[in-house]
Amino acid sequence: MIKTKINNVDVETPEGTSILWAARKAGFNIPTLCQHPDLVPGGQCGICVVEIEGVPGLKRSCMTPVGEGFTVRTHTQRVMTVRKQLVELILSNHDTDCLTCIKNNSCELQKLAATLGVDTLEYPKFEEKLPIDKTSVSIVRDPNKCILCGRCTQVCSDIQTVNALAINNRGCDTVITTAFDAGLGNSVCINCGQCVVHCPVGALYENSQIEQVWEALHDPDKFVVVQEAPAVRVMLGEEFGMPPGSLVSGKMHAALRRLNFDAVLDTNFAADLTIMEEGTELLSRLTSGKNLPLITSCSPGWIKFMETFYHDMIPHMSTAKSPQQMFGTLSKTYYAQQKGIPPEKIVSVSIMPCTAKKFECQRPEMNISGYQDVDYVLTTREIGRMMREAGIDLKEMPDEPADDIMGDYTGAGTIFGATGGVMEAAIRSAYFLVTGRELENLDVIPVRGLKGIKEAEIDIDGTKVKVAVAHSCGKARELMDKVAAQLEKDGKCEYQFIEVMACPGGCVGGGGQSWGSNMAKRARRGESLYEEDKLMPHRRSHENPSVQAVYEKFLGKPNSEKSHKLLHTHYYKRSTVDGKVLPENKISE
Amino acid sequence: MDKEAILKKFKPTLDNILYILHDLQDENPQHYLSKDDIKVCADYLNIPYSYTHSVASFYTMFSMKPRGRNIIRLCDSPPCHLMGSKSLLDYLQRTLKVTTGETTKDGIFTLELTSCLGACGVAPAMMVNNEMFGNLTPEKVDTILDKRRKEL
Repeated sequence: MIKTKINNVDVETPEGTSILWAARKAGFNIPTLCQHPDLVPGGQCGICVVEIEGVPGLKRSCMTPVGEGFTVRTHTQRVMTVRKQLVELILSNHDTDCLTCIKNNSCELQKLAATLGVDTLEYPKFEEKLPIDKTSVSIVRDPNKCILCGRCTQVCSDIQTVNALAINNRGCDTVITTAFDAGLGNSVCINCGQCVVHCPVGALYENSQIEQVWEALHDPDKFVVVQEAPAVRVMLGEEFGMPPGSLVSGKMHAALRRLNFDAVLDTNFAADLTIMEEGTELLSRLTSGKNLPLITSCSPGWIKFMETFYHDMIPHMSTAKSPQQMFGTLSKTYYAQQKGIPPEKIVSVSIMPCTAKKFECQRPEMNISGYQDVDYVLTTREIGRMMREAGIDLKEMPDEPADDIMGDYTGAGTIFGATGGVMEAAIRSAYFLVTGRELENLDVIPVRGLKGIKEAEIDIDGTKVKVAVAHSCGKARELMDKVAAQLEKDGKCEYQFIEVMACPGGCVGGGGQSWGSNMAKRARRGESLYEEDKLMPHRRSHENPSVQAVYEKFLGKPNSEKSHKLLHTHYYKRSTVDGKVLPENKISE
Repeated sequence: MDKEAILKKFKPTLDNILYILHDLQDENPQHYLSKDDIKVCADYLNIPYSYTHSVASFYTMFSMKPRGRNIIRLCDSPPCHLMGSKSLLDYLQRTLKVTTGETTKDGIFTLELTSCLGACGVAPAMMVNNEMFGNLTPEKVDTILDKRRKEL
């Protein structure tokens, strides 16, 4: 332990702790701009400077470890002047149209300027209007708002290993952009949106479809159905000031109903359906021994990542569509048929914790119903904004269930939102599908939690099935490299089933979550999903009465010809330069 | 030399990135790094495409845009300024009808500024491709440009 004196307060911290964290322990919150609890400090902004007695110059506290006997001062005249000047310099070439900015009231720079009492702009405004990058269907990048803190590039290169964004040029020409400034839509960007959730200002945000959804809701000729992803029910509360991880399933259904959606259904229903399709696929592959390991396909960020960097894995991918897309297809076929609504009148909206879902729903192959299966995707933030616009306070809502035929769900569907959840749900049902008996202990603890790569071995009537779970693309890359090496070496892999989620923490850590999120909040949201799972009357997907009904009335059985046509898809090889589909594609069937 | 041969001259390690990029640029008749150059370098070194572009864009010696056959680099350092490089720059811009960083319509010249060329003794100085010229006057510049125009 190292003893340090911070503003006359003695504090003891382990060796290697930064002065910033030691000061927080001592009760002094040193202001920062580029520092983020989940990232390695880079010292780009310089706001966190402090004075250390006997050390010349000011030191960046995020990057300076405590030293024995240090006497640190965090708010001397000199320090405060420098901090203010730095903010003024940032503001001198920052587009300060705060009132119309997406980050108004949640911008870290805005808060910092207020905290430090920046009341004049000392430096002349230097603004060169750069074009806003709107090439991506998921993410908009406004370089005029960018403060070059480097959080987005760090998460894109180090955590996600996608490397779509990089710091280009130098000096006052420095800009964070894609190679050759081609735009995110013409890059390897997988649309995961981790850059968006890490951006302290309004330089990165989702490509909003709020306007289109309002238009559909106001159109009396349209029948607007809405589905909400598992993770949204533990995220939406934060948009209304509730503590992270508050479970608001019932309130969410009620609020959506009050927004005038014609039918409030639930993605969790489709998650259960996914398990039936994917579980059956797993069984047939276990029986045939072909194309093992089977890899999950629910995460659209992961799908594009795999198509770009690991397209050799295409034969191993589950052909099952993601729950969102299964739901979309069924909303315009099964639902339309059962309810007697012409499918052309149905507008299918989905509420997702995700920005990549916006890309997924616009993939050209996602139109088997004869229409675009899912019309609009809104992030949790967007639906929060719509509810506030309409004067709906989620906290005050009663608990209401979702509407029928595609609204029932089980605990297995709900845990899809956390890393390991798809795996656990699949194990619960696969056990039944193989043995005809129910798994006694439904909690598959080894696949839960935030460890990067998790492994477990399940005994299904004497057959040992080894599974692995990875979340974040960096960890997925690690796992895929291992799998590829094993497959190359002796054509076999130790795992039979692998779950991958593109975002750290799974969907609860998706690119559509509330601003200012971190791993601690993601963990709490995940725990809430497991709590809802425990409360559910049914906890296995195959017990879902609505899922049983859809097979009875419409699809036949899992992996039937009709299910295959409607609920399964195929993948394309993509370029590592622009992320576009390569010409030499063969369809994986 | 084709690109494959250029790459093979170096071990595929990250410390060779600048050498490879220089050789690729020099091999290009338009003195620039094309998207394909960045791609082959990235693939050879097994590093991301965006990272390779990021490195190349940091150094002013690399261009990502096609340039003229002759690159004029006029020294922009204080000694050359004292000896009248500013008026030479005006002269060059007038005669070539370009501003700094631009290429003439006929594709023969690109006008650039550079940090100190280490030729302060003969200021004002400039380089045309790899050749050095000092004690410049507008007349001397005209002779140099004329000679280059005639070369094809």
